[in-house]
Amino acid sequence: MEEFLQQLTNGLAVGGIYALIALGYTMVYGVLRLINFAHGDLFTLGAYLGFTLLASFGLSGVIGGLAGAGLLVLMALIFVGLVGVMLERAAYRPLRNSDRLSAVVSALGASIFLQNAMMLLYGARPQVYPVRLLPTASFMLMGVEIPFTRVLLFSSSLALMFLLFWFINRTRVGAAIRAVAIDQGAAKLVGIDVNRIISLVFLIGPALGGAAGVMVGLYYGQITHDMGLNYGLKAFIAAILGGIGNIPGAMLGGLLLGVIEALGTAYFAVGWKDAFAFLVLILILIVRPTGLLGERVADKI
Amino acid sequence: MSNSITEATATPYLTLRDLRVSYGSVEALHSINITVNQGEIVTILGANGAGKTTTLMSISGLLRPTHGEILFQGEALHTLPPHVIVQRGITQSPEGRRVFGTMSVLENLQLGAYTRKNADEAAKNLQWIFELFPRLEERASQLAGTLSGGEQQMLAIGRALMGCPRVLLLDEPSLGLAPILVQFIFDTIKAINKTGMTVILVEQNARAALKLADRGYVLEVGKVVLEDTAPNLLANPEVQNAYLGGQRD
Repeated sequence: MEEFLQQLTNGLAVGGIYALIALGYTMVYGVLRLINFAHGDLFTLGAYLGFTLLASFGLSGVIGGLAGAGLLVLMALIFVGLVGVMLERAAYRPLRNSDRLSAVVSALGASIFLQNAMMLLYGARPQVYPVRLLPTASFMLMGVEIPFTRVLLFSSSLALMFLLFWFINRTRVGAAIRAVAIDQGAAKLVGIDVNRIISLVFLIGPALGGAAGVMVGLYYGQITHDMGLNYGLKAFIAAILGGIGNIPGAMLGGLLLGVIEALGTAYFAVGWKDAFAFLVLILILIVRPTGLLGERVADKI
Repeated sequence: MSNSITEATATPYLTLRDLRVSYGSVEALHSINITVNQGEIVTILGANGAGKTTTLMSISGLLRPTHGEILFQGEALHTLPPHVIVQRGITQSPEGRRVFGTMSVLENLQLGAYTRKNADEAAKNLQWIFELFPRLEERASQLAGTLSGGEQQMLAIGRALMGCPRVLLLDEPSLGLAPILVQFIFDTIKAINKTGMTVILVEQNARAALKLADRGYVLEVGKVVLEDTAPNLLANPEVQNAYLGGQRD
């Protein structure tokens, strides 16, 4: 029971990260029917931005502790979001009317570019976050010692997800994003500037990914230039598990995948960690290719 | 005959001049000319593939002409992006309704007012649309995809009206509807037009459209082959044979 609870909370914390990244995949897919393969690298970019701010600008001296961590996440949100917008302008918009494959190749190219740029700038060796901004305290829950940072990680990702959920479902612009995802032509006919909405999606998705990058850096303390590959792949699986294009699906898929992975490694073998994610992918593609919350649209002709 | 009509009004409201539109290398409209005066109902008739929907999509800016121009109150429309054309006061209820199926009826209508900044006006407009289509008010919180075909058509028209258009484009509003509903939709179009709104109506149901319209254009494979007042078109033997199912009435 203790082991279970320990792994469950761990899985939820990691799952929250997967969910944040998965949201970027799913939102972009929703409006463009494109898998943004560079998304995992935008996540890495967020992690390195946090590293740079802490190491080079000595920001940790100015603001320590939780407030500093929050500020770091906020800066990654904004910066990586803007990079996302630029990425769409440079790599995807010129190919908007080309065939789907061109955009996919461009996405892969953007991924390689970002990954190598980060390797050039920071080197191929892992970097260690210079200071621990987060408290190291822990508390007891039903006889299990749970680190405070784990709760913080989970609640931060949850808070970001709720914010997004509210924005998408309760605001005028959020409705426009959903409309563009459903039918771009009809969205244009009601006066929605579709290009602007696509830019906005490329602001929000990468912003959440970048925030997740900083959160991983703060939580684990160590980052590598190619960590976006692994996290990106897991988040992509999470998005498919929940139903790609579906926002609550990405949240559910991320959390679920995190928990499955954690419990799988605990009760089977650590070496099989990645295998569980792919097993989930294979099973969902066989059993329910549309994902858990995938399109159940009742469109009448 | 057609000359006397165009001379009757001073400046044309909406003009399509020498308009050519292509899909890739295939030209769908070959230099068409259409003029619409303020407050009119103009119907565009023709068989499948004649270019009716292409014409409306060009006015809305979703298709770009390769040649010619579209002028609205003397200003060029064909160079503007679709959302600006909506702001200028031209909205469309498209072929196949294209309502946002996974959104509620109310959300669909609110999106229709996306370009309108004034919330009070939008609310008043919504009230008017609910008066035109009481069924939409009953189903306001229901998902649009679960509505019947007729209700979806009402929603598509309502959504287009939420943009407070000066020109309303309607593409096949009667398609697939029961006769009693067709009558209701056409009566409603008449009522909307009575408020001063200009209407361009694309229809396969030529008889009903001509009874409603002031003037009509007949398209055949991307060309305007006939233009006249609606009563004249109704009486025209060619039109009767091709679009009205032979001599009747």
